[in-house]
Amino acid sequence: MKHAIALVDCNNFYVSCERLFQPSLEGRPVVVLSNNDGCIVSRSQEVKALGIKMAAPWFQLKDIAKQHSIVALSSNYTLYADISNRAMRLLSHFSSTQEIYSIDECFLDLTGMTEHTYYAQQMRFMLKQHIGIPVCVGIASSKTLAKLANHVAKKQPHFNSVCNFNEFPEHELDILLSKIEVSEIWGVGRRTAARLQEMGINSVLSLKRTPAERIRAEFGVVMARTLAELNGTSCLKLEEVTPPRQQIICSRSFGTAVTLLPELEQALISYTSRAAEKLRRQNSQTTCIQIYLRTNPHKSREPQYSPSLTIPLIAPTDDTRLLCRTALNGLHQIYSSGYAYQKTGVMLSGIITTPDRPRSLFDDIETQQKSSALMRTLDQINHRMGSGTVHLLGEGIKKNWSMRRENMSRRYTTEFNELAIANADY
Amino acid sequence: MQFPLHQSRRNTSSVLLSMTHPNKEFFHRQHALLRSAVSAGFPSPADDYVEQRISLDSHLIQHRESTFFMRVSGNSMRDSGIFDGDLLVVDRAVPATHGCVVIAVVDGEFTVKHLLYTPQGHVLRSAHPDYADMHIKPEQDFTIWGVVSWNIHKV
Repeated sequence: MKHAIALVDCNNFYVSCERLFQPSLEGRPVVVLSNNDGCIVSRSQEVKALGIKMAAPWFQLKDIAKQHSIVALSSNYTLYADISNRAMRLLSHFSSTQEIYSIDECFLDLTGMTEHTYYAQQMRFMLKQHIGIPVCVGIASSKTLAKLANHVAKKQPHFNSVCNFNEFPEHELDILLSKIEVSEIWGVGRRTAARLQEMGINSVLSLKRTPAERIRAEFGVVMARTLAELNGTSCLKLEEVTPPRQQIICSRSFGTAVTLLPELEQALISYTSRAAEKLRRQNSQTTCIQIYLRTNPHKSREPQYSPSLTIPLIAPTDDTRLLCRTALNGLHQIYSSGYAYQKTGVMLSGIITTPDRPRSLFDDIETQQKSSALMRTLDQINHRMGSGTVHLLGEGIKKNWSMRRENMSRRYTTEFNELAIANADY
Repeated sequence: MQFPLHQSRRNTSSVLLSMTHPNKEFFHRQHALLRSAVSAGFPSPADDYVEQRISLDSHLIQHRESTFFMRVSGNSMRDSGIFDGDLLVVDRAVPATHGCVVIAVVDGEFTVKHLLYTPQGHVLRSAHPDYADMHIKPEQDFTIWGVVSWNIHKV
Protein backbone atom coordinates (compact mmCIF):
# COMPACT_ATOMS: atom_id res chain seq x y z
CA MET A 1 0.00 0.00 0.00
CA LYS A 2 1.20 3.47 -0.82
CA HIS A 3 2.21 5.48 2.23
CA ALA A 4 0.51 8.77 2.96
CA ILE A 5 2.52 11.06 5.19
CA ALA A 6 1.37 14.57 5.96
CA LEU A 7 3.61 17.40 7.05
CA VAL A 8 1.67 20.15 8.82
CA ASP A 9 3.61 23.39 9.08
CA CYS A 10 2.38 26.59 10.72
CA ASN A 11 2.72 29.70 8.56
CA ASN A 12 5.09 32.35 9.98
CA PHE A 13 4.47 30.71 13.34
CA TYR A 14 5.85 33.33 15.75
CA VAL A 15 4.19 36.17 13.86
CA SER A 16 0.90 34.23 13.79
CA CYS A 17 1.07 33.74 17.59
CA GLU A 18 1.59 37.47 18.07
CA ARG A 19 -1.28 38.33 15.73
CA LEU A 20 -3.64 36.01 17.57
CA PHE A 21 -3.49 38.28 20.62
CA GLN A 22 -2.78 41.54 18.82
CA PRO A 23 -5.27 41.49 15.95
CA SER A 24 -4.27 45.03 14.98
CA LEU A 25 -1.07 43.50 13.54
CA GLU A 26 -3.13 41.70 10.90
CA GLY A 27 -2.24 42.93 7.42
CA ARG A 28 0.78 44.91 8.65
CA PRO A 29 4.44 43.98 8.11
CA VAL A 30 5.63 42.24 11.30
CA VAL A 31 8.91 40.57 12.26
CA VAL A 32 9.92 38.67 15.38
CA LEU A 33 13.55 39.05 16.47
CA SER A 34 15.86 36.49 18.06
CA ASN A 35 17.18 36.71 21.62
CA ASN A 36 18.76 40.11 22.28
CA ASP A 37 16.74 41.50 19.37
CA GLY A 38 19.55 40.39 17.05
CA CYS A 39 18.21 38.89 13.84
CA ILE A 40 14.88 38.16 12.24
CA VAL A 41 13.49 34.73 13.16
CA SER A 42 9.96 35.07 11.77
CA ARG A 43 8.51 37.29 9.03
CA SER A 44 4.96 38.04 8.04
CA GLN A 45 3.97 37.67 4.38
CA GLU A 46 4.16 41.46 3.94
CA VAL A 47 7.80 41.46 5.10
CA LYS A 48 8.70 38.55 2.82
CA ALA A 49 7.21 40.52 -0.07
CA LEU A 50 9.64 43.36 0.70
CA GLY A 51 12.49 40.94 0.01
CA ILE A 52 13.78 40.93 3.58
CA LYS A 53 15.59 37.68 4.26
CA MET A 54 15.33 35.29 7.19
CA ALA A 55 18.09 35.71 9.82
CA ALA A 56 18.92 39.21 8.57
CA PRO A 57 20.51 41.30 11.36
CA TRP A 58 17.95 43.81 12.57
CA PHE A 59 20.30 46.78 13.01
CA GLN A 60 21.02 46.73 9.28
CA LEU A 61 17.33 47.08 8.50
CA LYS A 62 16.42 50.10 10.61
CA ASP A 63 15.97 52.36 7.56
CA ILE A 64 13.82 50.04 5.49
CA ALA A 65 11.85 49.23 8.65
CA LYS A 66 11.07 52.87 9.22
CA GLN A 67 10.16 53.41 5.59
CA HIS A 68 7.59 50.59 5.60
CA SER A 69 6.65 50.93 9.29
CA ILE A 70 7.60 47.35 10.07
CA VAL A 71 6.60 46.25 13.56
CA ALA A 72 9.48 44.42 15.29
CA LEU A 73 8.74 42.25 18.33
CA SER A 74 11.11 40.51 20.73
CA SER A 75 10.63 36.77 20.82
CA ASN A 76 8.10 35.59 23.40
CA TYR A 77 8.97 31.89 23.58
CA THR A 78 6.65 31.30 26.53
CA LEU A 79 3.68 32.21 24.34
CA TYR A 80 4.94 30.31 21.29
CA ALA A 81 5.55 27.15 23.31
CA ASP A 82 2.02 27.18 24.73
CA ILE A 83 0.37 27.77 21.35
CA SER A 84 2.59 25.06 19.83
CA ASN A 85 1.51 22.57 22.51
CA ARG A 86 -2.12 23.34 21.80
CA ALA A 87 -1.66 22.95 18.04
CA MET A 88 0.24 19.67 18.37
CA ARG A 89 -2.35 18.24 20.75
CA LEU A 90 -5.16 19.15 18.37
CA LEU A 91 -3.29 17.62 15.43
CA SER A 92 -2.63 14.43 17.38
CA HIS A 93 -6.37 13.69 17.11
CA PHE A 94 -6.03 13.33 13.35
CA SER A 95 -3.70 10.34 13.37
CA SER A 96 -2.49 7.63 15.69
CA THR A 97 1.09 8.32 14.60
CA GLN A 98 2.51 11.78 15.06
CA GLU A 99 6.08 13.01 15.01
CA ILE A 100 6.52 16.49 16.41
CA TYR A 101 9.41 17.66 14.32
CA SER A 102 9.83 21.20 15.61
CA ILE A 103 7.95 23.93 17.46
CA ASP A 104 5.81 24.61 14.39
CA GLU A 105 5.69 21.43 12.32
CA CYS A 106 4.72 17.80 12.70
CA PHE A 107 4.39 14.69 10.58
CA LEU A 108 1.19 12.65 10.67
CA ASP A 109 0.83 9.18 9.19
CA LEU A 110 -2.41 9.02 7.18
CA THR A 111 -1.72 5.64 5.57
CA GLY A 112 -4.89 3.58 5.43
CA MET A 113 -7.22 6.55 5.59
CA THR A 114 -9.15 7.96 2.67
CA GLU A 115 -9.69 11.37 1.07
CA HIS A 116 -6.45 12.79 2.41
CA THR A 117 -6.80 16.19 0.78
CA TYR A 118 -10.23 16.80 2.26
CA TYR A 119 -9.00 15.52 5.62
CA ALA A 120 -6.05 17.92 5.52
CA GLN A 121 -8.40 20.79 4.74
CA GLN A 122 -10.27 19.88 7.91
CA MET A 123 -7.02 20.05 9.88
CA ARG A 124 -6.34 23.45 8.43
CA PHE A 125 -9.83 24.67 9.21
CA MET A 126 -9.64 23.38 12.78
CA LEU A 127 -6.27 24.93 13.54
CA LYS A 128 -7.40 28.26 12.19
CA GLN A 129 -10.79 28.18 13.89
CA HIS A 130 -10.04 26.50 17.20
CA ILE A 131 -6.58 27.86 17.92
CA GLY A 132 -6.16 30.69 15.45
CA ILE A 133 -3.03 29.56 13.65
CA PRO A 134 -2.87 29.26 9.84
CA VAL A 135 -1.12 26.14 8.53
CA CYS A 136 -0.11 24.50 5.25
CA VAL A 137 -0.21 20.74 4.70
CA GLY A 138 1.90 18.67 2.31
CA ILE A 139 1.03 15.02 1.68
CA ALA A 140 3.17 12.45 -0.10
CA SER A 141 4.41 8.88 0.13
CA SER A 142 7.61 9.77 2.05
CA LYS A 143 8.70 12.35 4.58
CA THR A 144 11.11 14.02 2.17
CA LEU A 145 8.40 14.36 -0.48
CA ALA A 146 5.87 15.55 2.13
CA LYS A 147 8.27 18.37 2.99
CA LEU A 148 8.42 19.35 -0.68
CA ALA A 149 4.65 19.11 -1.01
CA ASN A 150 4.37 21.48 1.91
CA HIS A 151 6.77 23.86 0.20
CA VAL A 152 4.52 23.81 -2.89
CA ALA A 153 1.40 24.34 -0.77
CA LYS A 154 3.03 27.42 0.73
CA LYS A 155 4.35 28.95 -2.48
CA GLN A 156 1.49 28.26 -4.88
CA PRO A 157 -1.77 29.81 -3.68
CA HIS A 158 -4.02 27.87 -6.07
CA PHE A 159 -3.47 24.72 -3.98
CA ASN A 160 -5.40 26.39 -1.17
CA SER A 161 -2.68 25.54 1.38
CA VAL A 162 -2.93 21.76 0.92
CA CYS A 163 -0.83 19.93 -1.66
CA ASN A 164 -1.15 16.17 -2.06
CA PHE A 165 1.56 14.67 -4.28
CA ASN A 166 -0.17 11.28 -4.15
CA GLU A 167 -3.03 12.69 -6.23
CA PHE A 168 -0.74 13.67 -9.10
CA PRO A 169 -0.09 11.43 -12.10
CA GLU A 170 3.65 10.69 -12.32
CA HIS A 171 4.36 13.04 -15.25
CA GLU A 172 2.56 15.98 -13.63
CA LEU A 173 4.47 15.49 -10.40
CA ASP A 174 7.70 15.44 -12.41
CA ILE A 175 6.84 18.77 -14.02
CA LEU A 176 6.26 20.23 -10.57
CA LEU A 177 9.53 18.79 -9.23
CA SER A 178 11.46 20.14 -12.21
CA LYS A 179 10.63 23.65 -11.04
CA ILE A 180 11.95 23.21 -7.49
CA GLU A 181 15.65 23.72 -6.75
CA VAL A 182 17.63 20.94 -5.06
CA SER A 183 18.45 23.24 -2.15
CA GLU A 184 14.80 23.02 -1.07
CA ILE A 185 15.12 19.30 -0.37
CA TRP A 186 15.06 18.29 3.28
CA GLY A 187 18.58 17.38 4.38
CA VAL A 188 20.33 19.01 1.44
CA GLY A 189 22.50 21.76 2.88
CA ARG A 190 24.12 24.64 1.07
CA ARG A 191 27.36 22.76 0.45
CA THR A 192 25.68 19.62 -0.87
CA ALA A 193 23.46 21.74 -3.10
CA ALA A 194 26.53 23.45 -4.57
CA ARG A 195 28.19 20.10 -5.27
CA LEU A 196 25.03 18.79 -6.89
CA GLN A 197 24.86 21.85 -9.09
CA GLU A 198 28.47 21.29 -10.15
CA MET A 199 27.39 17.84 -11.27
CA GLY A 200 24.67 19.45 -13.34
CA ILE A 201 21.88 18.50 -10.95
CA ASN A 202 19.82 21.61 -10.40
CA SER A 203 16.20 20.63 -9.95
CA VAL A 204 14.59 18.08 -7.68
CA LEU A 205 13.54 16.15 -10.76
CA SER A 206 17.09 15.84 -12.09
CA LEU A 207 18.22 14.52 -8.70
CA LYS A 208 15.31 12.10 -8.64
CA ARG A 209 16.42 10.74 -12.04
CA THR A 210 20.10 10.39 -11.07
CA PRO A 211 21.17 6.73 -10.66
CA ALA A 212 21.32 5.72 -7.02
CA GLU A 213 24.82 4.19 -7.34
CA ARG A 214 26.25 7.50 -8.47
CA ILE A 215 24.70 9.39 -5.56
CA ARG A 216 25.80 6.76 -3.07
CA ALA A 217 29.37 6.87 -4.37
CA GLU A 218 29.49 10.67 -4.33
CA PHE A 219 27.58 11.50 -1.16
CA GLY A 220 27.13 8.36 0.90
CA VAL A 221 24.21 6.41 2.24
CA VAL A 222 22.23 9.28 3.79
CA MET A 223 21.89 11.03 0.46
CA ALA A 224 21.03 7.74 -1.26
CA ARG A 225 18.17 7.41 1.19
CA THR A 226 16.99 10.91 0.34
CA LEU A 227 17.01 9.86 -3.31
CA ALA A 228 14.90 6.78 -2.56
CA GLU A 229 12.47 8.97 -0.64
CA LEU A 230 12.21 11.31 -3.64
CA ASN A 231 11.26 8.29 -5.70
CA GLY A 232 8.39 7.59 -3.36
CA THR A 233 9.91 4.88 -1.16
CA SER A 234 9.41 5.72 2.48
CA CYS A 235 12.74 5.12 4.26
CA LEU A 236 12.49 7.47 7.22
CA LYS A 237 10.11 6.30 9.92
CA LEU A 238 8.05 8.66 12.00
CA GLU A 239 9.76 9.11 15.35
CA GLU A 240 6.98 9.31 17.88
CA VAL A 241 9.10 9.58 20.99
CA THR A 242 12.08 11.88 20.99
CA PRO A 243 14.97 10.08 22.67
CA PRO A 244 16.42 11.88 25.72
CA ARG A 245 18.97 14.39 24.63
CA GLN A 246 22.60 13.39 24.78
CA GLN A 247 23.74 16.97 25.18
CA ILE A 248 22.20 19.93 26.93
CA ILE A 249 23.40 23.36 25.96
CA CYS A 250 22.41 26.58 27.64
CA SER A 251 24.01 29.76 26.41
CA ARG A 252 22.93 33.25 25.60
CA SER A 253 24.46 36.47 24.39
CA PHE A 254 24.55 39.36 26.83
CA GLY A 255 22.45 42.48 26.38
CA THR A 256 25.63 44.54 26.67
CA ALA A 257 29.23 43.31 26.73
CA VAL A 258 30.43 42.09 30.13
CA THR A 259 33.98 42.53 31.37
CA LEU A 260 33.80 41.82 35.11
CA LEU A 261 34.08 38.42 36.74
CA PRO A 262 31.15 38.79 39.20
CA GLU A 263 28.71 39.38 36.35
CA LEU A 264 30.06 36.45 34.37
CA GLU A 265 29.67 34.33 37.49
CA GLN A 266 26.01 35.32 37.79
CA ALA A 267 25.32 34.57 34.15
CA LEU A 268 27.08 31.22 34.27
CA ILE A 269 25.25 30.16 37.44
CA SER A 270 21.97 31.12 35.89
CA TYR A 271 22.61 29.14 32.66
CA THR A 272 23.95 26.15 34.60
CA SER A 273 20.83 26.16 36.77
CA ARG A 274 18.69 26.21 33.63
CA ALA A 275 20.67 23.32 32.14
CA ALA A 276 20.36 21.33 35.38
CA GLU A 277 16.60 21.87 35.30
CA LYS A 278 16.42 20.51 31.76
CA LEU A 279 18.57 17.57 32.84
CA ARG A 280 16.22 16.67 35.67
CA ARG A 281 13.15 17.14 33.47
CA GLN A 282 14.37 14.34 31.23
CA ASN A 283 15.24 12.27 34.31
CA SER A 284 18.98 12.17 33.60
CA GLN A 285 22.33 12.88 35.18
CA THR A 286 25.50 14.23 33.63
CA THR A 287 29.10 13.13 33.90
CA CYS A 288 30.77 16.02 32.12
CA ILE A 289 30.36 19.78 32.05
CA GLN A 290 31.89 22.16 29.54
CA ILE A 291 31.93 25.93 29.93
CA TYR A 292 33.03 28.62 27.53
CA LEU A 293 33.44 32.37 27.11
CA ARG A 294 33.28 34.35 23.87
CA THR A 295 34.22 37.85 22.90
CA ASN A 296 32.36 39.41 19.98
CA PRO A 297 33.89 38.08 16.72
CA HIS A 298 32.17 40.83 14.72
CA LYS A 299 34.18 43.49 16.52
CA SER A 300 37.47 42.41 15.00
CA ARG A 301 39.35 45.48 16.21
CA GLU A 302 38.80 44.56 19.85
CA PRO A 303 41.03 41.93 21.45
CA GLN A 304 39.60 38.45 21.00
CA TYR A 305 39.60 35.66 23.56
CA SER A 306 37.29 32.65 23.45
CA PRO A 307 38.42 29.96 25.87
CA SER A 308 36.56 26.83 26.89
CA LEU A 309 37.11 24.13 29.47
CA THR A 310 35.75 20.62 29.87
CA ILE A 311 35.47 19.27 33.39
CA PRO A 312 34.68 15.61 34.02
CA LEU A 313 32.68 14.90 37.18
CA ILE A 314 33.70 12.28 39.71
CA ALA A 315 30.19 10.87 39.91
CA PRO A 316 27.12 11.50 37.72
CA THR A 317 24.89 14.22 39.16
CA ASP A 318 21.83 16.39 38.53
CA ASP A 319 22.36 18.66 41.53
CA THR A 320 22.25 22.35 40.59
CA ARG A 321 24.56 23.29 43.46
CA LEU A 322 27.27 20.84 42.53
CA LEU A 323 27.11 21.69 38.85
CA CYS A 324 27.26 25.41 39.57
CA ARG A 325 30.22 25.00 41.91
CA THR A 326 32.08 23.02 39.24
CA ALA A 327 31.21 25.56 36.54
CA LEU A 328 32.44 28.43 38.72
CA ASN A 329 35.74 26.66 39.42
CA GLY A 330 36.17 26.31 35.69
CA LEU A 331 35.29 29.92 35.04
CA HIS A 332 37.95 31.10 37.47
CA GLN A 333 40.50 29.06 35.57
CA ILE A 334 39.70 30.45 32.13
CA TYR A 335 38.67 34.02 32.96
CA SER A 336 41.04 36.73 31.97
CA SER A 337 40.39 40.41 32.61
CA GLY A 338 40.60 43.07 29.93
CA TYR A 339 38.21 41.51 27.44
CA ALA A 340 34.66 42.49 26.56
CA TYR A 341 32.76 39.21 26.68
CA GLN A 342 29.67 38.81 24.56
CA LYS A 343 28.55 35.36 25.54
CA THR A 344 29.01 32.57 28.02
CA GLY A 345 27.54 29.12 28.02
CA VAL A 346 27.49 25.68 29.50
CA MET A 347 27.18 22.28 27.88
CA LEU A 348 26.37 19.07 29.73
CA SER A 349 27.42 15.85 28.04
CA GLY A 350 27.95 12.21 28.91
CA ILE A 351 24.32 12.12 29.90
CA ILE A 352 22.83 8.95 31.37
CA THR A 353 19.30 8.30 32.52
CA THR A 354 19.06 8.28 36.30
CA PRO A 355 17.85 4.66 36.72
CA ASP A 356 20.84 3.44 34.67
CA ARG A 357 23.28 5.22 36.95
CA PRO A 358 26.11 2.88 37.88
CA ARG A 359 26.66 2.41 41.62
CA SER A 360 30.10 2.92 43.02
CA LEU A 361 31.89 2.07 46.23
CA PHE A 362 32.06 5.73 47.22
CA ASP A 363 28.41 6.56 46.68
CA ASP A 364 27.07 8.52 49.62
CA ILE A 365 23.48 7.32 49.57
CA GLU A 366 22.24 9.67 52.26
CA THR A 367 23.62 12.80 50.59
CA GLN A 368 22.20 11.66 47.27
CA GLN A 369 18.75 11.18 48.74
CA LYS A 370 18.86 14.60 50.37
CA SER A 371 20.03 16.17 47.14
CA SER A 372 17.33 14.60 45.00
CA ALA A 373 14.63 15.59 47.51
CA LEU A 374 15.88 19.17 47.50
CA MET A 375 16.06 19.36 43.71
CA ARG A 376 12.58 17.86 43.38
CA THR A 377 11.21 20.48 45.76
CA LEU A 378 13.01 23.25 43.91
CA ASP A 379 11.54 22.11 40.59
CA GLN A 380 8.06 21.76 42.05
CA ILE A 381 8.09 25.27 43.51
CA ASN A 382 9.37 26.77 40.29
CA HIS A 383 6.83 24.81 38.29
CA ARG A 384 3.94 25.98 40.42
CA MET A 385 4.97 29.54 41.21
CA GLY A 386 6.71 30.42 37.97
CA SER A 387 10.22 29.68 36.85
CA GLY A 388 12.96 31.44 38.79
CA THR A 389 10.90 31.78 41.99
CA VAL A 390 13.56 29.95 43.94
CA HIS A 391 17.11 30.09 42.65
CA LEU A 392 20.68 30.19 43.85
CA LEU A 393 21.65 33.59 45.18
CA GLY A 394 24.69 33.42 42.95
CA GLU A 395 22.45 34.15 39.94
CA GLY A 396 22.15 37.64 41.32
CA ILE A 397 18.99 39.66 41.81
CA LYS A 398 19.48 42.55 39.44
CA LYS A 399 20.78 41.10 36.21
CA ASN A 400 22.55 43.85 34.30
CA TRP A 401 23.81 41.38 31.74
CA SER A 402 20.46 39.83 30.88
CA MET A 403 19.00 39.73 27.41
CA ARG A 404 17.70 42.74 25.59
CA ARG A 405 14.00 42.26 24.90
CA GLU A 406 12.72 45.71 24.21
CA ASN A 407 9.41 44.93 22.61
CA MET A 408 8.12 41.72 24.08
CA SER A 409 4.41 41.00 24.06
CA ARG A 410 2.61 39.71 27.13
CA ARG A 411 2.45 36.08 28.23
CA TYR A 412 -1.25 35.92 27.36
CA THR A 413 -1.75 32.24 28.09
CA THR A 414 0.51 31.51 31.05
CA GLU A 415 0.22 34.49 33.43
CA PHE A 416 -3.02 35.68 35.01
CA ASN A 417 -1.85 39.27 35.24
CA GLU A 418 -0.84 39.44 31.59
CA LEU A 419 -4.14 38.37 29.99
CA ALA A 420 -5.51 40.01 26.87
CA ILE A 421 -8.06 42.74 27.58
CA ALA A 422 -11.65 42.43 26.32
CA ASN A 423 -13.02 45.91 25.98
CA ALA A 424 -16.42 46.71 27.46
CA ASP A 425 -16.01 50.49 27.36
CA TYR A 426 -18.25 51.25 24.39
CA MET B 1 -11.38 7.16 11.14
CA GLN B 2 -12.60 10.48 9.88
CA PHE B 3 -12.73 13.46 12.13
CA PRO B 4 -16.00 15.42 12.09
CA LEU B 5 -15.70 18.84 10.52
CA HIS B 6 -17.57 20.40 13.38
CA GLN B 7 -17.20 19.24 16.91
CA SER B 8 -20.23 17.57 18.43
CA ARG B 9 -23.11 19.98 18.29
CA ARG B 10 -24.28 18.94 21.71
CA ASN B 11 -23.28 22.24 23.19
CA THR B 12 -24.13 24.65 20.45
CA SER B 13 -25.99 27.07 22.64
CA SER B 14 -23.24 28.43 24.76
CA VAL B 15 -24.67 29.56 28.04
CA LEU B 16 -23.42 32.51 29.95
CA LEU B 17 -23.36 31.62 33.59
CA SER B 18 -22.07 34.16 35.95
CA MET B 19 -20.58 33.18 39.28
CA THR B 20 -22.56 36.05 40.79
CA HIS B 21 -25.74 34.19 39.92
CA PRO B 22 -24.50 30.73 40.63
CA ASN B 23 -26.18 27.60 39.54
CA LYS B 24 -27.27 26.14 42.88
CA GLU B 25 -26.92 22.57 41.79
CA PHE B 26 -23.27 23.16 41.02
CA PHE B 27 -22.41 23.97 44.59
CA HIS B 28 -24.60 21.31 46.13
CA ARG B 29 -22.94 18.66 44.05
CA GLN B 30 -19.72 18.88 45.98
CA HIS B 31 -18.99 15.72 47.85
CA ALA B 32 -16.89 15.61 50.92
CA LEU B 33 -13.78 13.68 50.13
CA LEU B 34 -13.31 10.82 52.50
CA ARG B 35 -9.79 10.24 53.64
CA SER B 36 -8.13 7.33 55.32
CA ALA B 37 -4.50 7.72 56.23
CA VAL B 38 -4.07 4.64 58.40
CA SER B 39 -2.59 1.67 56.66
CA ALA B 40 -2.31 -0.76 59.55
CA GLY B 41 -5.28 -2.31 61.24
CA PHE B 42 -8.84 -2.25 60.01
CA PRO B 43 -9.20 -1.07 56.40
CA SER B 44 -11.28 2.07 56.03
CA PRO B 45 -14.84 1.32 54.96
CA ALA B 46 -14.70 4.49 52.82
CA ASP B 47 -11.76 3.46 50.67
CA ASP B 48 -13.98 2.16 47.89
CA TYR B 49 -15.87 5.44 47.72
CA VAL B 50 -12.99 7.85 47.28
CA GLU B 51 -13.47 9.90 44.13
CA GLN B 52 -11.55 12.65 42.39
CA ARG B 53 -12.10 15.97 44.11
CA ILE B 54 -14.04 18.50 42.06
CA SER B 55 -11.88 20.44 39.64
CA LEU B 56 -12.91 23.86 38.36
CA ASP B 57 -10.66 23.37 35.36
CA SER B 58 -12.58 20.39 34.10
CA HIS B 59 -15.88 22.09 34.91
CA LEU B 60 -15.15 25.36 33.14
CA ILE B 61 -13.03 24.12 30.26
CA GLN B 62 -14.74 21.98 27.67
CA HIS B 63 -12.05 22.17 24.99
CA ARG B 64 -8.61 22.37 26.56
CA GLU B 65 -6.67 23.32 23.46
CA SER B 66 -9.01 26.07 22.29
CA THR B 67 -9.87 27.74 25.59
CA PHE B 68 -8.27 31.06 26.52
CA PHE B 69 -8.77 33.54 29.36
CA MET B 70 -9.34 37.27 29.00
CA ARG B 71 -9.77 40.18 31.38
CA VAL B 72 -12.76 42.56 31.10
CA SER B 73 -12.24 46.29 31.05
CA GLY B 74 -15.39 48.43 31.37
CA ASN B 75 -18.99 47.95 32.41
CA SER B 76 -20.99 47.84 29.18
CA MET B 77 -21.92 44.18 29.85
CA ARG B 78 -23.10 44.88 33.40
CA ASP B 79 -26.67 43.61 32.98
CA SER B 80 -25.42 40.24 31.77
CA GLY B 81 -23.40 39.91 34.96
CA ILE B 82 -20.03 40.80 33.43
CA PHE B 83 -18.19 43.54 35.29
CA ASP B 84 -14.97 45.49 35.03
CA GLY B 85 -12.00 43.29 35.98
CA ASP B 86 -13.85 39.98 35.56
CA LEU B 87 -12.17 36.92 34.12
CA LEU B 88 -13.69 35.49 30.95
CA VAL B 89 -13.37 31.90 29.79
CA VAL B 90 -13.30 32.03 26.00
CA ASP B 91 -13.78 28.94 23.84
CA ARG B 92 -12.85 29.12 20.16
CA ALA B 93 -14.24 25.67 19.39
CA VAL B 94 -17.95 26.35 19.91
CA PRO B 95 -19.96 28.06 17.18
CA ALA B 96 -21.18 31.60 17.85
CA THR B 97 -24.97 31.48 17.90
CA HIS B 98 -27.47 34.32 17.85
CA GLY B 99 -27.49 36.16 21.15
CA CYS B 100 -24.45 34.53 22.72
CA VAL B 101 -21.65 36.53 24.30
CA VAL B 102 -18.58 36.71 22.09
CA ILE B 103 -15.13 38.18 21.94
CA ALA B 104 -15.17 40.08 18.67
CA VAL B 105 -12.34 41.90 16.96
CA VAL B 106 -13.49 45.30 15.72
CA ASP B 107 -10.87 47.40 13.97
CA GLY B 108 -8.05 45.46 15.58
CA GLU B 109 -9.38 45.55 19.15
CA PHE B 110 -11.00 42.89 21.34
CA THR B 111 -14.47 43.65 22.59
CA VAL B 112 -16.96 41.59 24.60
CA LYS B 113 -20.60 41.85 23.43
CA HIS B 114 -23.76 39.91 22.62
CA LEU B 115 -23.69 38.85 18.99
CA LEU B 116 -26.88 39.25 16.94
CA TYR B 117 -27.40 38.06 13.41
CA THR B 118 -29.84 40.44 11.68
CA PRO B 119 -30.93 40.82 8.06
CA GLN B 120 -28.81 43.99 7.99
CA GLY B 121 -25.71 42.11 9.14
CA HIS B 122 -23.90 41.54 12.42
CA VAL B 123 -24.89 43.62 15.42
CA LEU B 124 -22.91 43.82 18.65
CA ARG B 125 -25.13 44.62 21.62
CA SER B 126 -24.07 45.75 25.07
CA ALA B 127 -25.93 44.81 28.23
CA HIS B 128 -26.27 48.33 29.60
CA PRO B 129 -28.89 50.99 28.74
CA ASP B 130 -26.26 53.69 28.16
CA TYR B 131 -24.51 51.88 25.32
CA ALA B 132 -25.92 51.83 21.79
CA ASP B 133 -25.89 48.85 19.43
CA MET B 134 -22.92 48.58 17.13
CA HIS B 135 -23.90 47.79 13.53
CA ILE B 136 -21.00 46.24 11.71
CA LYS B 137 -20.48 47.75 8.26
CA PRO B 138 -19.32 45.39 5.52
CA GLU B 139 -16.13 47.36 4.99
CA GLN B 140 -15.26 47.22 8.68
CA ASP B 141 -12.50 44.92 9.91
CA PHE B 142 -14.53 42.40 11.94
CA THR B 143 -14.02 38.84 13.17
CA ILE B 144 -15.51 36.69 15.88
CA TRP B 145 -12.52 35.57 17.94
CA GLY B 146 -14.25 33.23 20.37
CA VAL B 147 -17.35 32.51 22.40
CA VAL B 148 -17.48 33.45 26.08
CA SER B 149 -18.53 30.31 27.90
CA TRP B 150 -18.12 31.48 31.50
CA ASN B 151 -17.51 34.63 33.46
CA ILE B 152 -15.63 34.48 36.75
CA HIS B 153 -16.47 37.30 39.11
CA LYS B 154 -14.82 37.95 42.46
CA VAL B 155 -17.43 38.55 45.15
